[in-house]
Amino acid sequence: MIKKNFTRRTFLGTSATALGATALATSGLTGFASAADLTVGFIYVGPKDDFGYNQAHAEGAAAVKAMAGVTVIEEENVPETVDVQNTMESMINFDGATLLFPTSFGYFDPHILEIAPKHPNVRFQHAAGLWSADKHPMNVGSYFGYIGMGQYLNGITAGHATKTKKIGFVAAKPIPQVLLNINSFLLGARQVDPEITCQVIFTGEWSLAVKEAEATNALADQGCDVITCHVDGPKVVMETAAGRDAFVCGYHANQGPLAPEKYLTGAEWNWASIYTGMVKTVQDGGSIDNFVRGGLAEDFIKMSPLGPAVSDAARAQFDATKAQIMAGGFAAIKGPLKDNKGNVIATDGQSFVETDIALESMDYLVEGVIGSIS
Amino acid sequence: MNELATTPLPSQSGLGIHKWMPRLEFVAIPIFAVICGFLIFSIFLVLLGKSPIDFFSLVYKAGFSTPFSWQNTLSRAAPLLLAALCVALPAKLGLVVIGGEGAIALGAVAAGALGAYLTNIPGIIALPLLFFSAAITGALWIGFVGFLRIKRGVNETIASLLMAYIAIAISNHLIESVFRDPASLNKPSTASLSEALRVGSMPIGIDVHWGFLAGIVACILSWILIEKTTLGFSARIAGGNIRAAQVQGLPVAKLIIGFTALGGAIAGIAGFYEVTAVHGSANASVFAGYGYTGILIAFLARHNALAIIPITIMLAGFEASSGLIQRRMDLPDATILVFEGIVFVAILFSETLYGRFRFFKYEYWQEGRKAPV
Repeated sequence: MIKKNFTRRTFLGTSATALGATALATSGLTGFASAADLTVGFIYVGPKDDFGYNQAHAEGAAAVKAMAGVTVIEEENVPETVDVQNTMESMINFDGATLLFPTSFGYFDPHILEIAPKHPNVRFQHAAGLWSADKHPMNVGSYFGYIGMGQYLNGITAGHATKTKKIGFVAAKPIPQVLLNINSFLLGARQVDPEITCQVIFTGEWSLAVKEAEATNALADQGCDVITCHVDGPKVVMETAAGRDAFVCGYHANQGPLAPEKYLTGAEWNWASIYTGMVKTVQDGGSIDNFVRGGLAEDFIKMSPLGPAVSDAARAQFDATKAQIMAGGFAAIKGPLKDNKGNVIATDGQSFVETDIALESMDYLVEGVIGSIS
Repeated sequence: MNELATTPLPSQSGLGIHKWMPRLEFVAIPIFAVICGFLIFSIFLVLLGKSPIDFFSLVYKAGFSTPFSWQNTLSRAAPLLLAALCVALPAKLGLVVIGGEGAIALGAVAAGALGAYLTNIPGIIALPLLFFSAAITGALWIGFVGFLRIKRGVNETIASLLMAYIAIAISNHLIESVFRDPASLNKPSTASLSEALRVGSMPIGIDVHWGFLAGIVACILSWILIEKTTLGFSARIAGGNIRAAQVQGLPVAKLIIGFTALGGAIAGIAGFYEVTAVHGSANASVFAGYGYTGILIAFLARHNALAIIPITIMLAGFEASSGLIQRRMDLPDATILVFEGIVFVAILFSETLYGRFRFFKYEYWQEGRKAPV
């Protein structure tokens, strides 16, 4: 009787044991990274096809993948918690990675700083200008680009395209980097027409599609006919704005394919050039500088190809300004300039070039930006 | 009943199989369900042209094989243990509280903000202060959900969920305004805690912070509270039938507020450990959704505080393997979510199996029994 009752379960039990045993037996599998000399790990905070921040980095990773003697490993959607610490160590322990690019801003402190001292032979390259020699380990490096200039150039195309003289900006958080982009966008547009104003809406989150769509619609409702953004994934803003018949300027990556008719241009990261350069340095036995930054001229950022809606006049001014920026010493923030509460930001003759450290603690919106930080 | 009373107990059987077989049911059925989940997911993998053997060996490798795997798993488990209790404790009173995330967020902000002011106080005094400030903040927040339920008749599920959104908004606001460290330019945070206020790793050879032990202890204490004390007994009565509890004169209102507050306090403690052991300050990265994962764990554990421990570790191990699965098998990061989903559906369906197998029954193993009915 008992035996009969057991039959079905015994069968299941045996199959389960068999499955388990097979799993255990093969757990030593791998031999994964053995052929390559250098294993490089890329870690993204969001999906790598987000048409934005993460995609820009993933495109850089793809360029590294094409290099000889390199194995690229990637992981997406890794939160800025103990998760990223584990991901970094997993890449080091299981895949033998010796060069890591944890790309999100929030990965740095405390996560990279926690893991880096434990793995002195691994190089950690972080996308932001946070490294400082007296505080941080030598196997950590920072790199970043002056992308505010890209938003300035965006602004020039926007200034030519707008009919209502109102342009819009969907922003994530009122932090210095974002504020610089907003201000640059408006100041670029004001090079075309000083009466242009820019309405800004903060969503409060780096990635929150619903609010981004609401904000874009609100901007369109208020008559903004050129819209750009600084959120992690600009896809929603681009598609929503184009759907409302507004022109769009891109950010982070090329969003042209999302709105081919409405896309003017975009400020893009050029990580492919940076990453292949860094990997090459390591392959050649050299060491990457701990603190690297650059702009358009240094190939850290690039502009999307101008769209069909960009007029000849706009193109001419765009090209001229771009040439000035490439030549160096160009300042978007220059006097006389007030913020939108009437405080003086720069007196006549005073200017802040893109490399100026003062821009990194920006806490104002310039005159002509409609919106408030707090 | 009569049959039971008259049948002589098989005291000489040695193994006491009649005693442990009924308990075994609560282990055997979930394991059977997990294996079914594995098999169903294997079919998915085969359809995608991927090897299930590779998959499971990678899960084992990344989550449970080496000391680092265990570090990966247990460090992920730490906040989840505490978050799950915030669901499981009120559930004993029949309350479905799903807003533990709010208590975690506010607990973290409380610890981070207070810690920023306690720079010159030794850790032995300051850390307990932070601990209790986080716990009290969490207790007040979720306790208020219980209060609304009992005094105003507001559905606790909706209230706690909506309040979680409010809590996160408040937390973000506080972090970005009054408690913001001016030095945290592009990532608004409270001021970094001094070294004395950082909670370190447990001395077990792998880098897992003390929050994990706190989670285990909290689970065990909660189990004792629920199963072995009169207070827990009262709570279970009130959860079973609130009218009956009231008729018996049990202080239902106090129980509801007390258990929701206790759950909130434990979630707040999760926030405390996130700040003091992981992030070193309170910032938006702390709200990583642990409170929501805790809901899943608590339901799978059938709100049994002890069962939360293995389920959390299993889940954390799965999540620990997500990266390796992405990298080695070229599968999207959602793969592990699909896998977890299938395993959990299998476990939930397996609930219908309880009581259906005669050989798990006490009577079945008694000597001199009749042929199984």
